[in-house]
Amino acid sequence: MKKILTGLTVFGLVTAGALGAALAQEEHSAAEPTHFPIHKPTQESWSFSGPFGTYDKAQLQRGLKVYKEVCSACHSMDLVAFRTLEDLGYTEAQVKALAAEYEVEDGPNADGEMFTRKATPNDHFPAPFPNHAAAAAANNGAAPPDFSLIAKARSAERGFPTFVFDIFTQYAEGGPDYIHALLTGYDEEPPAGMEIAEGTHYNPYFIAGKSLAMAKPLSDDQVTYDDGSPQTVDQYSRDVSAFLMWAAEPHMEARKQTGFRVMAFLLLFGALIYLTKRRVWSNVAH
Amino acid sequence: MSANDTIDPGRRDFLYVATGMAGVVGAGAVAWPFIDQMRPDASTLAASSIEVDVSSLTPGMSLTVKWRGKPVFIRNRTPEEIKAAQDVQLAELKDPVARNANLASDAAATDVDRSAGKDKENWIVMVGVCTHLGCVPLGQQGDFGGWFCPCHGSHYDTAGRIRKGPAPENLPVPTFAFISDTTIRIG
Amino acid sequence: MSGGHSTYTPKSGIGRWIDARMPLPRLVHDSFVSYPVPRNLNYAYTFGGILSIMLVAQILTGVVLAMHYAADTGLAFESVEKIMRDVNSGWLLRYLHSNGASMFFIAVYIHIMRGLYYGSYKAPRELLWILGCIIYLLMMATGFMGYVLPWGQMSFWGATVITGFFTAIPLVGTWIQELLLGGFAVDNPTLNRFFALHYLLPFMIAGVVVLHVWALHVVGQTNPTGIEVKSKTDTVPFTPYATIKDAFGMIVFLAVFAYFVFYIPNYLGHPDNYIVADSLKTPAHIVPEWYYLPFYAILRAITFNIGPIDSKLGGVLAMFGAIAVLFFVPWLDTSKVRSAVYRPWYKLFFWLFVANAIFLGWLGSRPAEGVYVALAQISTFYYFAFFLIIMPVLGIIETPRRLPNSITEAVLEKNKSGGAGHPAGATASPETRG
Repeated sequence: MKKILTGLTVFGLVTAGALGAALAQEEHSAAEPTHFPIHKPTQESWSFSGPFGTYDKAQLQRGLKVYKEVCSACHSMDLVAFRTLEDLGYTEAQVKALAAEYEVEDGPNADGEMFTRKATPNDHFPAPFPNHAAAAAANNGAAPPDFSLIAKARSAERGFPTFVFDIFTQYAEGGPDYIHALLTGYDEEPPAGMEIAEGTHYNPYFIAGKSLAMAKPLSDDQVTYDDGSPQTVDQYSRDVSAFLMWAAEPHMEARKQTGFRVMAFLLLFGALIYLTKRRVWSNVAH
Repeated sequence: MSANDTIDPGRRDFLYVATGMAGVVGAGAVAWPFIDQMRPDASTLAASSIEVDVSSLTPGMSLTVKWRGKPVFIRNRTPEEIKAAQDVQLAELKDPVARNANLASDAAATDVDRSAGKDKENWIVMVGVCTHLGCVPLGQQGDFGGWFCPCHGSHYDTAGRIRKGPAPENLPVPTFAFISDTTIRIG
Repeated sequence: MSGGHSTYTPKSGIGRWIDARMPLPRLVHDSFVSYPVPRNLNYAYTFGGILSIMLVAQILTGVVLAMHYAADTGLAFESVEKIMRDVNSGWLLRYLHSNGASMFFIAVYIHIMRGLYYGSYKAPRELLWILGCIIYLLMMATGFMGYVLPWGQMSFWGATVITGFFTAIPLVGTWIQELLLGGFAVDNPTLNRFFALHYLLPFMIAGVVVLHVWALHVVGQTNPTGIEVKSKTDTVPFTPYATIKDAFGMIVFLAVFAYFVFYIPNYLGHPDNYIVADSLKTPAHIVPEWYYLPFYAILRAITFNIGPIDSKLGGVLAMFGAIAVLFFVPWLDTSKVRSAVYRPWYKLFFWLFVANAIFLGWLGSRPAEGVYVALAQISTFYYFAFFLIIMPVLGIIETPRRLPNSITEAVLEKNKSGGAGHPAGATASPETRG
């Protein structure tokens, strides 16, 4: 009886092992990849990672500048209100001035007409296109995605066993890592034999294919920084990624700070409960 | 727990009390977000200030704007209306307090303190919600030529002061200021 | 309730007055204070309490989220983001609710595994077990509908795929699907009814939980030895012994919960659900929430026709069968011995089953192609074989280890060999303290 069971168990394990090995040998063709992104994004160092991470306000301001001067030509940011920019270290007056740079549609007025007015802090970033269809029509059928949540809506797959370690390292920067990798990944040449569809641009970091409709958006010295930071594609990408992380998760700092207090309390309370439990059970064998 | 570890009642009590206290603190902290979420949210608070263009209002014209979800009456009063309001003695008033958020809370309900102030006495800005039970009064009606609330018959005069009926207080004047000659900022 | 006579004596006049009219305090006292529990329960037995905490937490956070949520396809996504951005503490409540669902399922899986390991489903606890299975089914329905509400891409396509299961039913399938959707595709009527049902089902769960606890208190807890309580020395009163042990279990569990909420709140979610639903564009890989992944893998493992049943219906039947089989576990296990502690072979197959279930979950997250399909088929076979072959056969052919005569004997034996050094006198009669 024991022999039969052992035999069955061994058979099961051997089968599983063999299939695992077959899985590991799955071939990848360089010219015709089937899994994307072709390259995984590198893990960058971010001021907001880890349990005590905070946003670097100067970086967010630079990122906002990159968004305003480059990205916003095509990408909307519907969910972000100007008033929240005070989080970036701007004063109320600065936010008001910043909002006033934009025109928004309002109305109807007393005559029943729609009209445009200067944006106020309570308005959201106006979209570059009036609607989704217009955005698609102006961009060869591929509407540029909204940026409000892009840093949480994109993340390259981590794979086993990394995704297990991520629990303990608190890795939650897949979005900004991906955006940075994508923006800096345009200069690589496609491998020999790979066909790139016309009107698309090869980028081995793109999450959904070998090439994407967006051309390389950034170049060195394109945006002028006032604080002496390097005006390179790498720095722009880094800054705009951080800014988009803020846009997607504006309460991250409060979250982590609250988290510390909660964890400290639970540790203390847990210790007290444990001691009480030991005392209650001290004269009962169990 | 070793066999020779005797139970000290003092230490036991302290432990139980400390654990219980920590539990109470924890429960209180957990309750807070559930209450906090009911408060007006960030977008509501940000919308609590509006700017109104009053350049088109000639004397005798009114405008009703929505502020914090309530109607605000802005009226460019005629000289007759101002005169009528100024002639009222404080002693005749049911509510002798100005109810003007821009002034001290005990300011008297004189016509000038109900209006936009000296040299702007023709302007009156008030929240158009009857102080009785919250209906919106009708303009230029009632026994005093001011506002009249049809719900329960409260009469307000041309300075928005309660003169007759069940309402206890004058119509409240919100925080406002002329940020230019033709623009009022409310809130 | 199982201990025969009630030991509750009201201390005050008011207490006596209430007790004569509506003995609720007596019920609470008998169920949660004087109620006897086996003295040898380990921390695996704290998950029942943890689950009730999680149910309450989900209902509370859910009710306040509903105060800000708009169940309309044009507003749903934005209203959730308003909660995350503008509502005071909104981000906290929303992350508590979304991660709370995951924690709820972690706890329920541990709870089910504990039941399978210690044979908690065996007579006379069959009804208790079946009520638990009903709660689990309701939880799955609630979780699925809740995931649709944020109206992201995974919400939409998950709802599309899952309601698509019903089209596999011959003849009336499409009719049933349209009935569920209130249209020809997932749209506003679907979202509205899912919101209404998502709000309703947790209260139905709470109702079944009451029955579950009632059934439990009639037959009493099992325990790691699987031997029924025989004398008073086998048990301790629920309060303070079980209460404080449950409390410690809960705090540790809440610490794990808090870790996810505050540090990696999106770890268990899918990035695509931060993209607003688009009925014209399917995401590259549709995956359900992690807690459905094993069943999703079983669904996709059936790639072949079985006689007159095509692969689509076969997959759906296999998936529902994987849950349905749980209802029959009390009669599938033929062993006379309850606990796996005394069943070496069952123990081995049990842990293989756990590993297999986790492996199935991982397979569910992989694309259904290549070697993954074959692996899923093997895993699915083991999943069913565990219940339908191993459980009945092993119960007959396995030779269990020697059982102790009573819980007290097992405890004393363990402490003797473990050398825990408890005073001998104290172990014999647990002191009752109020």
